[in-house]
Amino acid sequence: MSRKENELKKQQSIMEEKGIIYLDNVTKSYSTGSPAINGITLNIYKGEFVFVVGDSGSGKSTLIRLLLRELTATTGNVYVMGQDLAKLKHRKIPKFRRNLGVVFQDFRLLNDRNVYENVAFAQRIVETPARMIRRNVPAMLATVGLAGKYKAKTTQLSGGEQQRVALARALVNNPSILLADEPTGNLDPHNSWEIMGLLEEINERGTTVVVVTHNREIVNAMKKRVVAMKKGVIVSDMEEGVYNDDDEED
Amino acid sequence: MMMKKINTFFYTMWQGILNIFRNKWYSLASVATISACLFLLGLFFAIVANVQHIVRSVQEDICISVFFVEGTPLERKEEIQQTLNDRREVLRTEYRTADEEWAWFSESSLHGNTEVFQENPLEGMDNIRVYMKDIGEQENLATFIESIPEVDHVNRSLNLANTLTGVNSLISYGFIVIIAILLVVSVFLISNTVSIGISVRKEEINIMKYVGATDFFVRAPFVLEGMIIGLVGAGIPLLIIFEGYNGLLNYVMERFPMLSNMLNFLSVAEIFRFLTPVSLLVGMGIGFFGSISTVRKHLHV
Repeated sequence: MSRKENELKKQQSIMEEKGIIYLDNVTKSYSTGSPAINGITLNIYKGEFVFVVGDSGSGKSTLIRLLLRELTATTGNVYVMGQDLAKLKHRKIPKFRRNLGVVFQDFRLLNDRNVYENVAFAQRIVETPARMIRRNVPAMLATVGLAGKYKAKTTQLSGGEQQRVALARALVNNPSILLADEPTGNLDPHNSWEIMGLLEEINERGTTVVVVTHNREIVNAMKKRVVAMKKGVIVSDMEEGVYNDDDEED
Repeated sequence: MMMKKINTFFYTMWQGILNIFRNKWYSLASVATISACLFLLGLFFAIVANVQHIVRSVQEDICISVFFVEGTPLERKEEIQQTLNDRREVLRTEYRTADEEWAWFSESSLHGNTEVFQENPLEGMDNIRVYMKDIGEQENLATFIESIPEVDHVNRSLNLANTLTGVNSLISYGFIVIIAILLVVSVFLISNTVSIGISVRKEEINIMKYVGATDFFVRAPFVLEGMIIGLVGAGIPLLIIFEGYNGLLNYVMERFPMLSNMLNFLSVAEIFRFLTPVSLLVGMGIGFFGSISTVRKHLHV
């Protein structure tokens, strides 16, 4: 068996046993202050929908950045899809990220391009043939309810619509995992619910969804797994959990 | 697979061209900075190259006149001329008979008023004129010539030679220093403009990296954009200097024919043989390296 085959087998076994996302006693310290993440262990299995909640400075954003391999753990190991991210070389990061869809609070769209181009951009990166792009992008825009706005500039869209574009871009390459960092943070309740509805639909199709949020109402209503963080550690991890006051206040 | 790579290549190139128009104010500012720097560089080069050329032309007219001991046979004079021709510092030599010398003198200094002279007053003053490649060598050459037994004496213009050599060295060193300073300032200004333009789009680079773009995919449009901006920025001052220089030369020749007879200006072609490749390379090079190094800073996402 070749080294590559061995590696794939090992990744498969980690995914099955420990989960599609596995943090093993992970600490992340910056140059100053106390660790942003302090010795956390977390397993998220394929197909799960997980909320990560906590107040500012609890380490949620650092967690997302670790999963994106924007940061590396100071100690411990981060495995995503069975891959040990500490061992991932810089040139391999783009390929790794193509299996992740990411959505941010501030949408992070390419504002000098229209809706279609923003979504198509993700496909061009993975070298999808042009005829496939012409087929996939309108289909994905229809899924997020923006079929009629493909020519619009992103700056002409409402916050909810911009987040839908970001979602379409994150999903168009069929990622295994969708990471959403405060996806409803800039949206009104109506749009927030619509975005959460889309995330739930995506999860039902088999994509693992991790949502970092402050939105207590949504977390409590959706009855999903809730991982609560405080000062860099996981303080609770509940199936069909809720976002308690205790999770936010000292 | 190959087809996909080709498509990606053309897509990134197309994005580079589009970026110029998407960020038109930044593009305009960059082109203006590059143009201003390279215009100064070109203008200075044109002036210095002409001054050097004029000094060199004057130098070429300076010669050592070699006079012989009375009775030296013509064959020996020819041998000496040949010996001088073979020396590395000698550009050319010219043997002038006493009659030729008188004809030249009477024409240039007496304006043909030679009635008072019944015979050639310069009889026995036939000589060899020695023109040098570098008049800095004049003293060494004159010393050598004086050591030839048949040579009576040597006429040289030491002060003029030294002055011209000094002026030429000063221009050469000054030229190198000022060009170097201008180049450093240009590189600094241009890369700064390119950096600012790219830093403003740091967010865009981050988004591309989050979505899974390779470094090539992110960098290629910026690099092409930088190179095009550099080329356009270099082309504009070249056009201005071309038109300006041509116009000025024609003006001087028409309005001041005396001046153009005295001073030997370089042609536009001679100036642009050097200026065109240097300007285009500097413009394109700075655009290329400036964008590569700035984008690299933002790629570690």
